[in-house]
Amino acid sequence: MSKRRPKMNNQLKFLLAIIFLYLIVALLDIGIVENALINFLIMSLKIVPVLCLVFIIMVLIELYFTKKRVGKYLGSKSGIKGWFYAIISGILISGPAYTLYPLLGELKKNGMKNSLLAVVLYNRNVKIPFLPAMVYYFGLNFTIILSLYIIIFSIFNGKIVELLASKRG
Amino acid sequence: MSDKMSLKQAVQKSLQVFKSFLLMMFGILLLINLINLFVRDYYSEIFTGNLLLDPLVGALAGSFSFGMPITSYILGGELLSEGISLLAITSFILTWTTVGMVMLPLEMSFLGKRFALVRNGINFIFSILISILVIFTLNVL
Repeated sequence: MSKRRPKMNNQLKFLLAIIFLYLIVALLDIGIVENALINFLIMSLKIVPVLCLVFIIMVLIELYFTKKRVGKYLGSKSGIKGWFYAIISGILISGPAYTLYPLLGELKKNGMKNSLLAVVLYNRNVKIPFLPAMVYYFGLNFTIILSLYIIIFSIFNGKIVELLASKRG
Repeated sequence: MSDKMSLKQAVQKSLQVFKSFLLMMFGILLLINLINLFVRDYYSEIFTGNLLLDPLVGALAGSFSFGMPITSYILGGELLSEGISLLAITSFILTWTTVGMVMLPLEMSFLGKRFALVRNGINFIFSILISILVIFTLNVL
């Protein structure tokens, strides 16, 4: 009788592949691996406080901005407010893009416009939980300017996608 | 049916996302620290400070990478400390989330082929445009 083993996720496979790569390099030159590991440890320790803050904000967003709630405001009858909600949703909704595709696919079937879909996806670049990390690495000015440009360009993005993607369906 | 989460559920869901993110992040940090030792001497040849080429290379690299945005910030931050231009890193960060070559088939299947191709194409061009504008604005301020 065959026992089904628990499936290993891709992230773990990736990490194991990198560890395997380290082992190969260690066989060739242990000094390189030592240097790489020291740099890795220094880098990891530096970002621990940022990661704690990121986690707290992620929990808050999970609590108050559920996908169902976001979906309610982006339906086909959302009008001009839909653009505003699309921007806010893109910023607040959590999880990788591929977890959003089924939800957005359903909304599209229910009449959500291509423009709003594009706006939601584009504003995923402004991730509130991760902003402390961006400020830490690139500074407050950079973070504010980039975030503003993303929000402004998301509207152009939506308009162009609507124009080009809606031709012949 | 209410979709409101309890604090415990929210923490559990965030932990689940965070766990896979940490695995990916540690993997990427280990990889870049290893690669950096070999390629750091060549960065100045790849990224020359050219206003168009730097963001183009950054945007291409970001288009074929994927993961949580924070990973691109960490990676970008480390590359910045290696001397790579902020112009290239900005377009890299932008395409990391907005252009998904790896996820393109999935996006096409849910949102339509035409939509996915148009969206990713425009996002690629916008990433270069925005990165130039960001650096320009930072210099003006």
